[in-house]
Amino acid sequence: MYLRYLTRELRRRARSAALVSIGLALGVGLVITLTGAIAGVNAADGRVLQSLYGVGTDLTVTKAPAAGSGPVGIRISSGGGGSGQTTITGPGGTTSGPAAGDHVLPNPGLTTVASGEVAAIDRLRDVAGATGFLELQVLDVTSSGNLSTFNLDGIDPTTPGLGPLSAGNLSSGIAAARTWFAEAKQGEHVALVSAGYAKQNSLEAGSTLTLSGTDYTVVGTVSLVSSTSADVYIPLGQAQSLAGDGHEVNTIDVAATSSSAIAAVQTEIQKLLPSATVTSASDLAGDVSGSLSTASNLAGTLGLAVALVVLAAAFVMAVLLTMGSVTRRVREFGTLKAIGWRSRRIVAQVMGESLVLGLIGGGLGVGVGYLGAFVFTKLVPTVQADENPGLAAAPTTFGSGPQTIAGGVPVNASGTTTSTFGSALHSVTVPITAPLSLEILLVAIALAVAGGLIAGGVGGWQASRLRPAAALRRVE
Amino acid sequence: MYQLHELSRVYRRGHGSVTALRDVDLEIQDGEFITIQGLTGHGKSTLLMMLGAMDRPTSGSILFDGLNLATLPESRLTEVRGRSFGFVFQSYNLMPTLTAAENVEAALVPLHVTPAARRGRALAALAEVGLDERAGFFPAEMSGGEQQRVGIARALVKEPRVILADEPTGNLDETTRVEIVGIMERLWRERGLSLIVVTHDSAVARRAPRTAILDRGRLSVRSNARTADPAPVPPDRAS
Repeated sequence: MYLRYLTRELRRRARSAALVSIGLALGVGLVITLTGAIAGVNAADGRVLQSLYGVGTDLTVTKAPAAGSGPVGIRISSGGGGSGQTTITGPGGTTSGPAAGDHVLPNPGLTTVASGEVAAIDRLRDVAGATGFLELQVLDVTSSGNLSTFNLDGIDPTTPGLGPLSAGNLSSGIAAARTWFAEAKQGEHVALVSAGYAKQNSLEAGSTLTLSGTDYTVVGTVSLVSSTSADVYIPLGQAQSLAGDGHEVNTIDVAATSSSAIAAVQTEIQKLLPSATVTSASDLAGDVSGSLSTASNLAGTLGLAVALVVLAAAFVMAVLLTMGSVTRRVREFGTLKAIGWRSRRIVAQVMGESLVLGLIGGGLGVGVGYLGAFVFTKLVPTVQADENPGLAAAPTTFGSGPQTIAGGVPVNASGTTTSTFGSALHSVTVPITAPLSLEILLVAIALAVAGGLIAGGVGGWQASRLRPAAALRRVE
Repeated sequence: MYQLHELSRVYRRGHGSVTALRDVDLEIQDGEFITIQGLTGHGKSTLLMMLGAMDRPTSGSILFDGLNLATLPESRLTEVRGRSFGFVFQSYNLMPTLTAAENVEAALVPLHVTPAARRGRALAALAEVGLDERAGFFPAEMSGGEQQRVGIARALVKEPRVILADEPTGNLDETTRVEIVGIMERLWRERGLSLIVVTHDSAVARRAPRTAILDRGRLSVRSNARTADPAPVPPDRAS
């Protein structure tokens, strides 16, 4: 009797029932879509941070060149006056070399620290590990006077669990990296190259790469999660020799024993190396700017607010329509009370009807939500996040004579330009999707059911308050 | 069975008030057939609502089998209505989405009768009013007279002590009116239940041994000289 009465009543009031269900479906669908969009934007945010920072590293220690220590950029004078020499002016002073050949330079935005500082940091309390590496840039001047550059990292082969080549930081080439670490530890001249660089220069496992006259055997290619990947990786000691830096590094990656210890470790390192810049992931997060973080904030606040307003409006509409329905059914409920139906039975009848409408609305809402998430994913453009230049190294300057850097970026007429090569400015492009989890869907259905129950509860309460005589008198 | 003592009912209307019943004293015996007459707005329906435990008096008492319906809590009133009273309404008040049988069954829901027993009793009640072949029909598919017979079956199915009817023939044509009054009278005679009928129709009123007349809320009782003969039952309903 209960279900028969319920279903037939809903069929009789099909238009009003459809309005309630569609209202709830739209509200719930919007909540699903926006929650998915927020999750997608947050996930993209996370991917940007991971990409800019790397996996497994809690803190990064670098040291900017001291003010007044000379030009931050690099000035190159090639073949001027038919001298047949290339002159490079950088933070370390001025060097000259043959007109053609490679020139290994330290990262112009970073100054070096002694390798001993890595050991000192490693000994600090709450430090799980520390590794130093040397970021270098190689300028290759061809005999025809063209210039190409690539980034070279010297990696400490004794700390495979930390730094750019740690397993967690690799998206591909883990086996090659393992081989490289094993052979590099033995003092072999081995190199790993990034997948992109390998493709560009037709390199593969077994190829030979010559750096400043020394041959390196390429043991494989790798792809890093981090966007700050270099093009070529060689053992740290050999990189130091190429750079003439002795036992120095310019970046130290530090892992803390726990996330709660990061702040304390950061303070300790700062005390140990007062002139160094100690950056944590949260510092970096604060410096990520651009459309992504704006979208994240927008989605997190305005989006959720809009979803809640629409959901509240759907609830209010459901309640009003249910109350209207109860008002129209006053004689019916009055009659049921007259023949002995208890108020709770009538309330259960009204709530049951609303609950079914809530379930239908929830089911439709899931469909609407999926559709909304699909449309969102299709329509929202890929967004870009930029690391604050304040954290990045200074731009590199080329000068004196028309040159071309790797990738074919032309130097302008005045002979100067800026480039994002090296670890200068990081720009990360990520697609945004609206992933829907089972939890989101269940919560959405629960919201729709709650909407139905609220509407039914209010309507039922209204029906339960009817005095049978008044109810019958009102319509007769 | 009923003892009404100084029963009054005043309705508040904005800043004023309307007195529907004034100090009504009345006794109704078990198994009695009584009609209530009066002009529109003189308190007939209000008195029926009081007798059916659907409204409370402003003052006075109304005893039903010793229970004061004026002071019983709402839950007990609902229980009394469910067990002891059967209502017949002028506009039939059938649930439009339920069939004739289901409408009759609805009266048994508060009595916690099993679905199978409910269905059996509903069909028997419909047979009693000659509508067993219309059990699966919806109200919209039946004539006014048939709908009222479903209403009577619904009042009857729970085997109440009292059937209270508010203008049961008010919406019916002459022939059907005779038919409906005949059915109710037959049930009164055969079942020994009490029958209280509000009516405008003097012909119907005179069929009862007594008629309570309400005039501006004041009650007087008239004995009808001749107790009604059983109403003529149409040949196709005779059994």
